Amino acid sequence: MITLVRRPTPSKLWTYATPIVAVIATMIAGGILFAVLGKHPVEAIRVIFWDPLFGANAGYFRGQLLVKAGPLILIAAGLAIGFRAGIWNIGAEGQYIMGALFSAWLALKMYPTESHWLFPAMIVLGALGGLLWAMIPALLKVVFGTSEILVSLMLVYVAENLLAYMSFGPLKNPEGYGFPGSRNLQDYPSAYNAELFAGTGVHWGVVTALVAVIATYILMHRHITGFRIRVAGEAPRAARFAGVIPARLVIFCLGLGGAFAGLAGMFEVSGPSGQITDSFNVGYGFTAIIVAFLGRLHPIGILLAGLLMALTYIGGDMAQLVLGLPSAAIQVFQGMLLFFLLAFDVLTNFHIRFGRAGA
Amino acid sequence: MIVGGIDIVSLTATLMGASTPVLLAATGELVAEKSGVLNLGVEGMMIMGAVAGFAAAVATGNPVLGFAMGAVAGALMATLFAFLTQKLLSNQVATGLALTLFGLGLSALIGKGYEGVRPPPTAKIDFGPLSDIPVLGRILFSHDWMVYLSLILVAVVWYVLRSTRAGLILRAVGESHDAAHALGYRVVAVRFAALAFGGALAGLGGAYLSLVRVPQWTEGMTAGAGWIALAIVVFASWRPWRVLLGAYLFGGITALQLQLQAAGYAIPVHILSMAPYVITIVVLVILSAIHRHGVQAAPASLGKSFHASS
Repeated sequence: MITLVRRPTPSKLWTYATPIVAVIATMIAGGILFAVLGKHPVEAIRVIFWDPLFGANAGYFRGQLLVKAGPLILIAAGLAIGFRAGIWNIGAEGQYIMGALFSAWLALKMYPTESHWLFPAMIVLGALGGLLWAMIPALLKVVFGTSEILVSLMLVYVAENLLAYMSFGPLKNPEGYGFPGSRNLQDYPSAYNAELFAGTGVHWGVVTALVAVIATYILMHRHITGFRIRVAGEAPRAARFAGVIPARLVIFCLGLGGAFAGLAGMFEVSGPSGQITDSFNVGYGFTAIIVAFLGRLHPIGILLAGLLMALTYIGGDMAQLVLGLPSAAIQVFQGMLLFFLLAFDVLTNFHIRFGRAGA
Repeated sequence: MIVGGIDIVSLTATLMGASTPVLLAATGELVAEKSGVLNLGVEGMMIMGAVAGFAAAVATGNPVLGFAMGAVAGALMATLFAFLTQKLLSNQVATGLALTLFGLGLSALIGKGYEGVRPPPTAKIDFGPLSDIPVLGRILFSHDWMVYLSLILVAVVWYVLRSTRAGLILRAVGESHDAAHALGYRVVAVRFAALAFGGALAGLGGAYLSLVRVPQWTEGMTAGAGWIALAIVVFASWRPWRVLLGAYLFGGITALQLQLQAAGYAIPVHILSMAPYVITIVVLVILSAIHRHGVQAAPASLGKSFHASS
């Protein structure tokens, strides 16, 4: 008989060890999955995790790593703060879309005027788009007590439909020969979020992600606001006695998460993606939830987790190309990772005892 | 009867079919939540039910086996969730999200090769002369058997929760797991059963989508239906009959929206497609505004982990 005995405080060792154990367990389970799909498991794991970093064409893939990790880290850094406070913004995908739409709208309005002010203005609008979209669940939560989980999620579908409407309608490229999708911002120098150092994949979004990691670290671990957020999540009653106003916390956490997600959308649409299309969003907003948990809701952890998840995206593409592994296999892989992480987390909070409890 | 290019009778008739997937999923989730567990993985369980049911029906040529397989797939997903949240005491919100993300991925993987395939048709029940009654015949007696089964399931859930010992135990576990545990009820076992039942119903709902509603398999075809089912449970204040009302309301909006598209109104398709989600939000807001100062309708232990310390 196995029993669980609650630890008085979460184990420090297991807090750091569980993500690593979960990754190893996922690799084993993933290997089994790949074997079931008729691929050589060790080869598949090597193609996904090793070749993009150290393989033959690693130079190209390393750049892609930062391109994919940038938005994941940026979004996850914002979400983690809400998750710490027990505020569940799971609609980052929608906020990401709105950030992209707001900033692309400005750029397409200004086209083809060249101006140094355009790019900064787009950044502001991107953040604002995400912020405003996140304010909907935030205000409904504060005023009416509506579940922010359901509202933020529903708004993803609304945003996706709005994106499709915009790419087929108002924002469609007038010179696009009838194809859906906007003008490509990569051909518009004032709006283009270009690579800062050739071949590295570093664009302004990656820089912003790094700034966000540092800023959220200071906020959460060196500032009274972070302390309040953590108390509110762990002991809501104590937080109220300490003078934390729940409504302000909801607005702050959702607003910050929305603004970060909007920024990620802005840097994506003006850079790697280049245009508004109905398939512009690729699920970063959802994967970022996995990144936030895998990174233990800690900024530095999120940085590492974001890089790892980006690696699975790139490795997945590569495995699709080299081994014919279906792209959905990587999605399964990412889902399994979150499961294993949540499962092994039991070791952080509990001792495992064999034999009867209290014996 | 035609109003503004919309045939009211055919609208009401399609409403019942359009509502069935969310009705099944919401009824299942209601049972799970009544036992005190918030399973946010409805979307993942539905889509697994959709793909498993589709695959089984195509392989055997028998839609009944397809529905059975859909229910099994949903229940298996729910059992995975139950193991994590009840045995390993993981966070229910995070685990539910994981279930959805995992289900979306796994279903896409399994569904490769089923795209463009047509499933075997699901039989309509022959009511004989009843279906020839003007208006009513078309609305009430023109459906496949799953529509009627879903209604029976709502009635059964209502009766079991309200009037049986098993229902009382389930509600006790959901209201106060510590008290139920002290009385000698096996909290974790009850929750496993409630979750598995909820998963089976979500799987059935998913299978109805792929086998009857669409009828086809496409990646991500549930398109938020699982989340809407979750919203309907809140809308229903955790009461089975109100789940029925909520699901039919939602189904009505979906059916109306599709008919408006077909009737050629000058509203862009994508704007119309937003309607079900926007209206779900509006309804949630109205409800939470009403309940703000009233009685708390949710089961008292909803979403809390249970750990017997002795």
